[in-house]
Amino acid sequence: MTASFARQQRRPDAAPVYLDYPATTPVDGRVLEEMLPWFVEKFGNPHSTTHAYGREAAAAVEKARGEVAALIGAEPREIIFTSGATEANNLAIKGAARFYRALGKDHIVTVATEHKCVLESAEAMVRDGCRVSVLPVDAKGFVDPGRLEAAIDERTALVSVMAANNEIGVLQPLEEIGALCRSRGVLFHSDAAQAAGKVPVDVEAMAIDLLSLSAHKLYGPKGVGALYVRRRPRARLEPLFDGGGQERALRSGTLPAPLCVGFGAAARIAREERAAEAERLLGLRRRFLDRLKARLPQVLLNGDGERRLPGNLNLSFPGASALALIDACPGLALSTGSACTAAEVEPSHVLRALGLPEALAGASLRIGLGRYTTDAEVDFAVDTLAAAVRSMAGDERVTATAGRPT
Amino acid sequence: MPRAAYLDWNATAPLRPEAAAAMAEALMRTGNPSSVHRWGREARRAMETARAQVAALVGAAPGEVVFTSGGTEANRLALGGLAGRRLLVSALEHDSVRQAADGAAAIPATPEGVIDLAALKRMLAEDERPALVSLMLANNETGVIQPVAEAARLAHAKGALLHCDAVQAAGKIAVDRAALGADLLALSAHKLGGPPGVGALIVAEAVPLKAVQTGGGQERGRRAGTENLPGIVGFGAAAAAAAERLQDYAAVALLRDEAERRLAAIAPDAPVYGAAAPRLANTLSLGMPGVPAATQVMALDLAGVMVSAGAACSSGKIRRSRVLEAMGVKAEAAESAIRISLGWTSSAIDIDQLVEAWGALYARTRASAA
Repeated sequence: MTASFARQQRRPDAAPVYLDYPATTPVDGRVLEEMLPWFVEKFGNPHSTTHAYGREAAAAVEKARGEVAALIGAEPREIIFTSGATEANNLAIKGAARFYRALGKDHIVTVATEHKCVLESAEAMVRDGCRVSVLPVDAKGFVDPGRLEAAIDERTALVSVMAANNEIGVLQPLEEIGALCRSRGVLFHSDAAQAAGKVPVDVEAMAIDLLSLSAHKLYGPKGVGALYVRRRPRARLEPLFDGGGQERALRSGTLPAPLCVGFGAAARIAREERAAEAERLLGLRRRFLDRLKARLPQVLLNGDGERRLPGNLNLSFPGASALALIDACPGLALSTGSACTAAEVEPSHVLRALGLPEALAGASLRIGLGRYTTDAEVDFAVDTLAAAVRSMAGDERVTATAGRPT
Repeated sequence: MPRAAYLDWNATAPLRPEAAAAMAEALMRTGNPSSVHRWGREARRAMETARAQVAALVGAAPGEVVFTSGGTEANRLALGGLAGRRLLVSALEHDSVRQAADGAAAIPATPEGVIDLAALKRMLAEDERPALVSLMLANNETGVIQPVAEAARLAHAKGALLHCDAVQAAGKIAVDRAALGADLLALSAHKLGGPPGVGALIVAEAVPLKAVQTGGGQERGRRAGTENLPGIVGFGAAAAAAAERLQDYAAVALLRDEAERRLAAIAPDAPVYGAAAPRLANTLSLGMPGVPAATQVMALDLAGVMVSAGAACSSGKIRRSRVLEAMGVKAEAAESAIRISLGWTSSAIDIDQLVEAWGALYARTRASAA
């Protein structure tokens, strides 16, 4: 199944228009096709290298490792497969903090808009006696490299700054931060779960030592991700899991060969199609925003307008409730922000970090466009949202009138 | 190329058709189970069905199931999520348990391959601090079924909790968490015909488990990370199929016993480890005296017969089995042991092929020794 075929298959009247690509993406049909044989007829355990089924699975895993490495300009042996980006972030932060703490380096620097799993991993290290500096961002969502430099001290082990934010899509200045960390001899970790395959990510150009990846954010399967661990100069980690000694002894457990194969295929497709797809998504994003603003001029864009993921919009609808808006648009698959915490009622920590007042943060939606989004879907979504906002505003006027004491 | 005879089911099993069908549907559908929109809600419903199916396989309540990336993570979560307890870990445990249990005391095993309950009782009585006992239900190398219910009774009498690694047992024998008295129980999908990359830890309601992998409130705060929905759905379907087909193992037992009988007839000096204890119907741990496991495995591989020299996790570099060592098997003998494991599609032809290839090697080595 090619992308254009899939696009034709999606009709806005048949199923909700999917606008939640940052939460998860559909598995690309080409990826699925490559994965399936490894579930069924080629089912060997890749660690069972004593026989043919095991060896063919091992070879497939290694090929996939190469494809994942190529996506970020790494060497294959620098890729550690994990169960996903959450595990990769846990391994990077807790693993590095535990290793370097033993060498007297007990300080971690990160940013207020990081994914919960980065912030919570850092917090877990505080309970283990580490110090953590959480840097603020400016109103557009950027961390200030000058401030970051000032936060680094002689006991800083690790700086963790995400490549692209999962809610507002803002791209942090990784090259600058990487160069800074390298010059100060501090490890640099970046959570690139949202960025990889969508904007250029290069561990050499950005001097990244540790980088987290997720397959299901780039049209690969759920249940697999990776941590890039630099070999030269070597980034050292203490493993979180012990056991069979797989993955350079940093991560044990049977590697799921079909998921690794799917991740590899997804990485290859993303690398080959990224530039053209980014252009296309930028066009869709402009179309979405222009048309929506023409209908609802009060809508505000959160995060920088330019240096953000091509498929990401995060919009505030002043006076509306985001959750009510989601309920009013059953034809759209929308979210308020991070899926991990979407069911929580508290407003996004990312939007709050931008300085948005609570009311506005609670009136914000994340719109994620992706590989199968079409012009027609964008137009349908704009119409649906505009109608919902207007009808809710109308309802409020009615309620306000009805509720007025007479 | 010779015909392939897959006899390494304890390393991994092929995907059951029921699991493949369920997964194909889930893979085509998009949705993060934690998203609130309609697709997310559908994903969540599918996940909850799977949770109930996995729970039913081991007689647990759906709310007791915490999905993980596999058996290793489940074991790690069990031991790491109850930090602060004194750890008593059986000497027969899988590496994922053993190495997650830093500083644990080892519960010894008998030569039959069964845990020494008297020793466990002594160890529990030695120290008043609350303990966590880790004992597998069936051993991955010998297939020996452990007296988990008895161990749990001893543990509970001393205020200890019991974690049971049921990765090899589930789907091969009936498992009932409550009857076993296990407070925690680890499962892996790919050992019972589900996909690789998913497993579960069953956590009894009252157990105060803390997450090891943090950041995101999934699995009721007990395991962070976007749920591997197609994997979970496949696990559920495989668990349901496995529960329905436990009787398939009667036929598997006949095949395994036939293999054992014929191999013993060829090589009367070949020891079968764990034969004196209750065993899984599919597992045969066998030695060819004087012939290293690597030599046997290679000869079998050339003949298309796939077996292993122990746990798959460590068989990349073949090393002596710690399980056999714990049973008191001498180093030289342990180095010549291989593991043959069968499953629901194993056939008499597979056994013929095994017996022929292994028998030929045996004859060759005996001829050259003579």
